[in-house]
Amino acid sequence: MFELSKEHEDFRKVVREFAEAEVEPHIAKWDKDHHFPSDLVPKMGDLGLFGLVVPEEFGGMGDDGDFTSLCVAIEELGRVDQSIGITLSAGVGLGINPILTYGSQEQKERFLPDLVAGRALAGFGLTEPDAGSDAGATRTKAVRDGDEWVVNGSKAFITNSGTDITSVVTVTARTGTNDDGSAQLSAIMIPSGTPGFTVEPAYDKLGWHASDTHGLTFEDCRVPAGNLLGNEGEGFKQFLKTLDDGRIAISALAVGMSQRMLEETTEYARTRKAFGKPIGVNQGVSFQIADLAVMVEASRQLTYKAAWLKDELEHGRRSVKEVKQAAAICKLYSTEAAVTATRIATQVFGGNGFMEEYPVARFYRDAKILEIGEGTSEVQRMVIARHLGLPTA
Amino acid sequence: MNIVVCVKYVPDAQSDRTFNESDNTTDRVGVDGLLSELDEYAVEEALKLVEAGEGEVTVVTVGPDQAADALKKALQMGADKAVHVKDDAIHGSDAVATSLVLAEAIKKTGTPDLVITGMASTDGTMSVVPAMLAERLGLPQVTFASELSVDGSTVTIRRDGDAASETIVATLPALVSVTDQINEPRYPSFKGIMAAKKKPVEEWALADLGIDASQVGLDAAWTKVESFTKRPPREQGQIVTDDGDGGTKLAEFLAAQKFV
Repeated sequence: MFELSKEHEDFRKVVREFAEAEVEPHIAKWDKDHHFPSDLVPKMGDLGLFGLVVPEEFGGMGDDGDFTSLCVAIEELGRVDQSIGITLSAGVGLGINPILTYGSQEQKERFLPDLVAGRALAGFGLTEPDAGSDAGATRTKAVRDGDEWVVNGSKAFITNSGTDITSVVTVTARTGTNDDGSAQLSAIMIPSGTPGFTVEPAYDKLGWHASDTHGLTFEDCRVPAGNLLGNEGEGFKQFLKTLDDGRIAISALAVGMSQRMLEETTEYARTRKAFGKPIGVNQGVSFQIADLAVMVEASRQLTYKAAWLKDELEHGRRSVKEVKQAAAICKLYSTEAAVTATRIATQVFGGNGFMEEYPVARFYRDAKILEIGEGTSEVQRMVIARHLGLPTA
Repeated sequence: MNIVVCVKYVPDAQSDRTFNESDNTTDRVGVDGLLSELDEYAVEEALKLVEAGEGEVTVVTVGPDQAADALKKALQMGADKAVHVKDDAIHGSDAVATSLVLAEAIKKTGTPDLVITGMASTDGTMSVVPAMLAERLGLPQVTFASELSVDGSTVTIRRDGDAASETIVATLPALVSVTDQINEPRYPSFKGIMAAKKKPVEEWALADLGIDASQVGLDAAWTKVESFTKRPPREQGQIVTDDGDGGTKLAEFLAAQKFV
């Protein structure tokens, strides 16, 4: 059965220490100013966070690293701040992973060393204003013109796409039509600064204020034919696999959030007094916190079980199907639990929970997106139901 | 250049630190411990020196079983090997005895070019072990370094005082204690954590160092804690109710306490 190793726990300690020293003292201001801390990214790189699933030849941890370690890091960053957690999660899952999995040796050598070291970030452009979970509705088009691809279209909600250090964004685009009339999608790498590639102003989001999210537009944007990632027409298959890993990572982010809510509410219920006693003496409060503890434990188990399955899959000991189902289950449960956890926490904090002075307010704002990004809760239920053999529409 | 760094496993300052009821020594077992924060600067400085040239960093500690955690952290940061001196007879040792054990352990590791220590431990905070250790090893001691450089066969440090900053040069081999101003200790990286698993940790007892048990421990200590009293809980402060004259009342309070 699965368990975290001693090294995983040592690593957890270091990431926690790092997050509490390098993120916690600044995060309230970064969040308020909607500031993306580019300077933090190379420090995360020094810890090895971006290289946990990358071979040594590109600066990664090779056989020493695994997906479980990455989840530990995301959980611990997410416990201190969700924006920083998603920066890592997206940086690896959406930035590095597609290049690592589908890139040619030349593409890997060109982009990965900087991404792994934290000197650069990459984004993955899938979602469009009119195409989210329904990726088949993608409108962005890439047309071959001699030795170049000419890309036209727009992308929405793309994480890490507009930072000072973003080096490349991989976008999915229609490169043809399949026999059944559906779109044939391909993934193409567009380096930052390519003429015709415009990064729109940052979104005004409900949460994740210190995370970098932009809309992107492409107007006759030309890149060399060699920027095609993997084979032409395989974009659909590629991003589906990318999303599976991403779901487990988001689940780890949710675990960090729920864990923090448990710590915050426990401390507050022990020290905040009402009617002459700590509010924790009231079962109305203490039972909610007890439920919270159960949620934390359950989401953590589901998440690391899925991460373990994913690591086992890498060694050929488990099937893609198992991982897909475990990813959907943990993502669905952990993110819904995290939203509940922030609601409980703000309620326990009373009026103070509504004040930005207390971190629970920030977590409350940051929670909702977890039920949406990397596949909504509805999509997860669809995946799970399909796996059970239920008929599909 | 081969460097020995002395490190100490101390009770975490953020947890409830206490004394043993039986012999009034610091409780190191019933409390979470860690590598003394002030020693992290010593480890970092040694790693920087070796990385800029060549050589090895050996970390040495004297302490109970749990002190292995302090060594592990130093190895995870990048030190090459570690020495753990543990022996039940060492329990209760004062600084004089600690410096004896450290000195013999350092001698047994060979002849380092440099011995680096923190400026003090975060539990005892006496700052005397570096000086005692230098004396026992017959090395020049340059203490409280806030800057350090090695050039050929000399080490140069800057010591910041209230009135002036001194630049001090000593010939190698030497012992240097460093302050928390000297560098920014690194976090162990994932690579460092995995690499530390394979690094050698020697465990020595007093007999391995030729030290007689009567020279160390509580009975040999020059000073002893006779008794201790728990610090009384903080009393509730005085609440000044503002009936329109809150400012005046506050000023009167501060004046009465001679704060203004």
